[in-house]
Amino acid sequence: MATDRPIRVAAGQGFWGDWLEAPFRQVMGGPIDYLMLDYLAEVTMSILQKQRARDPTLGYATDFVRTMERLLGPVVERGVKVVANAGGVNPRACARAVGEAAERLGLAGRTRVAVVLGDDLLDRLDGLLARGHAFTNLDTGRPLREIRDRVVSANAYLGAAPVAEALRGGANIVITGRVTDTGLVLGPLMHAFGWPADAWDLLAAGTIAGHTIECGAQCSGGNCLVGWERMPDLANVGYPIVEAFPDGTFEVTKHPGTGGRINVAGVTEQLVYEMGDPTEYITPDCIADFTTIKLRQMSKDRVRFSGIRGRPATDKLKVSIGYSYGFKAVGTLVYAWPNAYDKARAADRVLRTRLRDLGLEFEAILTEYVGVDATHGPLAVAATAVHDVPEVQLRVAVRSPERGPVERFTREIAPLILNGPPTVTGFAGGRPKPEEIVAYWPALIDRSVVQPTVERIAP
Amino acid sequence: MKKKKARPTRRSVQLVDLAHARSGDKGDTANIGLIALKPEYYPHLVREVTARKVARHFRGMISGAVERYEIPNLHALNFLLHGALDGGGTVSLKTDAQGKVLSTALLRMVITVPR
Repeated sequence: MATDRPIRVAAGQGFWGDWLEAPFRQVMGGPIDYLMLDYLAEVTMSILQKQRARDPTLGYATDFVRTMERLLGPVVERGVKVVANAGGVNPRACARAVGEAAERLGLAGRTRVAVVLGDDLLDRLDGLLARGHAFTNLDTGRPLREIRDRVVSANAYLGAAPVAEALRGGANIVITGRVTDTGLVLGPLMHAFGWPADAWDLLAAGTIAGHTIECGAQCSGGNCLVGWERMPDLANVGYPIVEAFPDGTFEVTKHPGTGGRINVAGVTEQLVYEMGDPTEYITPDCIADFTTIKLRQMSKDRVRFSGIRGRPATDKLKVSIGYSYGFKAVGTLVYAWPNAYDKARAADRVLRTRLRDLGLEFEAILTEYVGVDATHGPLAVAATAVHDVPEVQLRVAVRSPERGPVERFTREIAPLILNGPPTVTGFAGGRPKPEEIVAYWPALIDRSVVQPTVERIAP
Repeated sequence: MKKKKARPTRRSVQLVDLAHARSGDKGDTANIGLIALKPEYYPHLVREVTARKVARHFRGMISGAVERYEIPNLHALNFLLHGALDGGGTVSLKTDAQGKVLSTALLRMVITVPR
């Protein structure tokens, strides 16, 4: 049944690894209707796919289950519904683990878990290729068959509609696989307000609400450049809450008594984060136009969004494909004043000569001097008194399709401590470890090929 | 500010005094959102911080083109820097593989504004 009252959707997790306290504080800090938790990044899906290959009961964000063990009582008590893309590549296993937690807590009777499925295309890939879906790389134009044998994960991005459907079916915990971050906010709003799937302006508004809070505290004072020196009480930062109205306007705020800040400038920083063409922010649900947003500071820590316009969704869905690319490793050493930068550069020359003399071949070798040029490159070298800095970290990274050369590289860092340029330290962490690279292959697929489904999972 | 007859001279200002910024990534492309600290600064950004100048600013640091979009309602410009991240994401060897602080490198740029 659609409602006319404002609906409050709280963000409790901006990525897998975000603050464990945030979901709890969002539920306990004041009234909310929905708690949205985002766990998935592109690289996460391939890690989870490997975990599932080793153990069919894994492949989801295990942190979510621990969070729910702590939160299930309060959310059931307060009638808060939880929407999370914690299911990764195994939403059913995630839902079962949450169900078991509910049993242990004696809350099984009040917990209704649903999963959203249909995003995982890994097992369908060959069939789809055979039927002419090329999964052409959006950046390079190359066809997927060139790297087919190295694919480790393939997930279509689903939108808000199946989330809304799961809520309509009575679930109070909705666990999804690769649903867009924005869909985790729009889904609850579509359900609560009865927004139809072709109300493009409303869907665009809910999408922009989602984009605003999907990175958690990054819109409420965290990682905020403007006025950071005077940012109140970040230790106690309040995560954002969307307070949405049926007409598509909404306000972004946070619980009273929390730290951080919600103002127009800070919210704008989040709006431009990861932005492409601002007039067409494409999601599975709609195309949102960021140039139509009107922002207004209503009161302290409360910004109103209005005027948002949207356009019909496209007939394609984005697919994120992970594939084995090769290996990389990073070695670091710290050189001290005087002439720290010169010493680090001399060490780099020694290292590169040795790698060459060993006949090692790499796809790339990158040297950065942390403290001089790592983030601003030559722009900073020109502007910095590089010969007087107290220390410089030499950071050398290599990449290769083969593990061998990368492995050998990791043995060439420590020797420099005794047989390279002087006044060097910072090697307590030991030898660097080769890391497997799973690269990301963006593609599109016809929407008609992907059928999202919703499934109730016991308890 | 007192209203005096406009002089033809302009003065140099570093962007860090006119704007704040945030950046992110999409594959090997970095985006930089450049936001005017005051609405009245926005026209200066539109006029001075062109795609061409940004491409020159990042010369040697990016391998592709620079695109610019205007977002007047947010007093912001959005730049796409192609080939900015050494392959991007997990492939990149850079400390800032996802371009998280590339925004601050843009804030080093010096532009001229009316005196």
